[in-house]
Amino acid sequence: MEKRIGLEASIAVAEVVGLCDADVISAYPITPQTHIVEHLSEMVADGELQAAFVPVESEHSAMSVCCGTVAAGARTFTATSSQGLALMHEILFIVSALRLPVVMAVANRSLSGPISIWNDHSDVMAERDIGWVQIFAENAQEALDLTIWGFRLAEDQRVSLPVAVNFDGFILTHTIEPVLMPDRESVQAFLPAFEPLMRLDVDQPITMGPVGIPDIYTEAKKAHQEVLTQSYGPIVETLDAFAKSFGRQYLPVETYCADDAEVLLLTMGALGETAMTAVDQRREKGDKIGLVRLRLWRPFPFDDLIRAVGKVPVLGVMDRAISPGGPSPVASEVKATFYQQEQRPKVVEFTVGLGGRDTPLSDFDGMFDTLLAVHRGGEIPKPTIIGLRE
Amino acid sequence: MEGPNVFAARLFPQDNFFVSGHRACQGCAEVLAVRMVHQVLGRNTIVASATGCMEIISSSYPDTAWAIPWIHVAFENSAAVASGVETGLDILMKKGKIPRRRIQVVGMGGDGATADIGLQALSGALERGHNMIYVCYDNEAYMNTGIQRSSSTPFGAATTTSPAGKQSQGQSTWKKNIPMIAAAHNIPYVATASPSYPFDLVAKVKKAMKVKGPAYLHIFSCCPTGWRMKPELAIAIGRLAVQTGSFPLYEIENGKLEINLPTPELRPLKDYLKPQGRFRHLDDATIAEIELRVQAEYRKLERRQGQVL
Repeated sequence: MEKRIGLEASIAVAEVVGLCDADVISAYPITPQTHIVEHLSEMVADGELQAAFVPVESEHSAMSVCCGTVAAGARTFTATSSQGLALMHEILFIVSALRLPVVMAVANRSLSGPISIWNDHSDVMAERDIGWVQIFAENAQEALDLTIWGFRLAEDQRVSLPVAVNFDGFILTHTIEPVLMPDRESVQAFLPAFEPLMRLDVDQPITMGPVGIPDIYTEAKKAHQEVLTQSYGPIVETLDAFAKSFGRQYLPVETYCADDAEVLLLTMGALGETAMTAVDQRREKGDKIGLVRLRLWRPFPFDDLIRAVGKVPVLGVMDRAISPGGPSPVASEVKATFYQQEQRPKVVEFTVGLGGRDTPLSDFDGMFDTLLAVHRGGEIPKPTIIGLRE
Repeated sequence: MEGPNVFAARLFPQDNFFVSGHRACQGCAEVLAVRMVHQVLGRNTIVASATGCMEIISSSYPDTAWAIPWIHVAFENSAAVASGVETGLDILMKKGKIPRRRIQVVGMGGDGATADIGLQALSGALERGHNMIYVCYDNEAYMNTGIQRSSSTPFGAATTTSPAGKQSQGQSTWKKNIPMIAAAHNIPYVATASPSYPFDLVAKVKKAMKVKGPAYLHIFSCCPTGWRMKPELAIAIGRLAVQTGSFPLYEIENGKLEINLPTPELRPLKDYLKPQGRFRHLDDATIAEIELRVQAEYRKLERRQGQVL
């Protein structure tokens, strides 16, 4: 039976990694991810989880160790943030190219400089092209659910790709929330034993990670592109399977009050919850505002997004990162989604909550007012940084 | 053990797990060393290789020279990847998910991958005490990228990034002592070896396999292409490196140092430097200076003979 308990999101994630019977955890400390791996190392030390905890000397080695453990056939988890994710950068591409299904929690945090331990999405946005399945959680329940699901999807032999479960640093990782903690039996029923697509086996020797000469590199990239794009089917299927097992349905793109909305605001991650409260308040005043909550970042759910926006004429996009000298990452993707569509919304770009800058309800009100003004025929404003002190 | 100077081919392990068809240069002593190491390690071995010559020449898809499981991830992390393979196998055996058996996990890299870019990953793996062997095949420069200097390039050697010129005598720094850095991790076994002394090499690989915990092997790997010398001299040069004190053969077993091929009378360094184009520019005074340093280092080693470091 699942239990309703109050847990810090990080601890909840660590607990379900235990329920998933991970064989190896390889990690390096970095704020605000540390609570996850601290708790996992406690579970290993107390004998609650039979796993190897590898306390490596850097995130680069954390991800490198993961390559080795998964290639040996071990279910492997790691977690990181910010600079740690950046230090893994080189290896992230190779893990996915080698089709090694690591599951990683990313406690999203801003990137230096200046050094900042606080929350935004600049770490993960810099890793857009790593070839992983990348998904975002909005609350503690989603963080733990998507971690369980992450193993199921990653290890699905049709996919066999690493999965990054993003959840916002501090504002989610360090928040105690009521969660439904599944029991071991239902997790085990949902998550079959790990049967790797390929493994390093002395009885059936294989060469992993060979040289890709020009004759083969393009084809290798095409294969990677295809497997990640086609993972969409298994993603939806396994999210449905999760709903059948646990009663909680997640979709690549979700909406809130979107059916009759005149304007929509697109969010990713934990700010989606604040946004819902903000929408509720404005709805009481009669403003027809709705939300699009982008859960799946890679493979990018183009069709779901087009369906979610429908005929709504104005779409605000909240980015939690900037791309200096270019369009912000999420807005860029959204615009690309709609460019070839006959029916496309006016896109209004907001940059929000950088490096832990608080995003109160009043900021949402401001963004909604802007969107409504555009809806009334006002000009599309230039991309705006919300909450900027000037 | 057979005398290190004796070589009888029939006494050598015969099964090859690094097979012919690879793309190594003529006279490459590194590829010879790789083959020898794996003749000893045998079938139940998994290799994690760094990027570098040995990776490039052995794994050009769809070909492979590896008859045993082999993984290449990146340049600086073969020790970390190997430690992961070892950890993964060990926990799967403990949990009864795979049958318990002896599988030797080996990390390998060149001197750049070991002494420079991969030093941190190597140090981490050695410190964590994984039951694995790490082999550094030291050809004293970044040969794969076109003979650039590494911290393992000897003083005076001309490379493409430490060229000899009006203001330069080639490499201006002394070879980093990686075996001793490995030994400072208090691991059970550290040894230097050379394919020019195959039975000594065989004995050391066997010892490395027996220890519980990390073993580090540092293997001299003559590179005729990068050292600008005749390919047929590779084995002879390996011997001269030992006989001149440039690359002494020793092992450190549970901290105790043993010189395996004591050379009380060192040959003149010139004998070793002469056939190599990378030292061609050196004048007699510089050679004398290098010789002084090489011999002093060797005497230092001699003084520590039999001691627990």
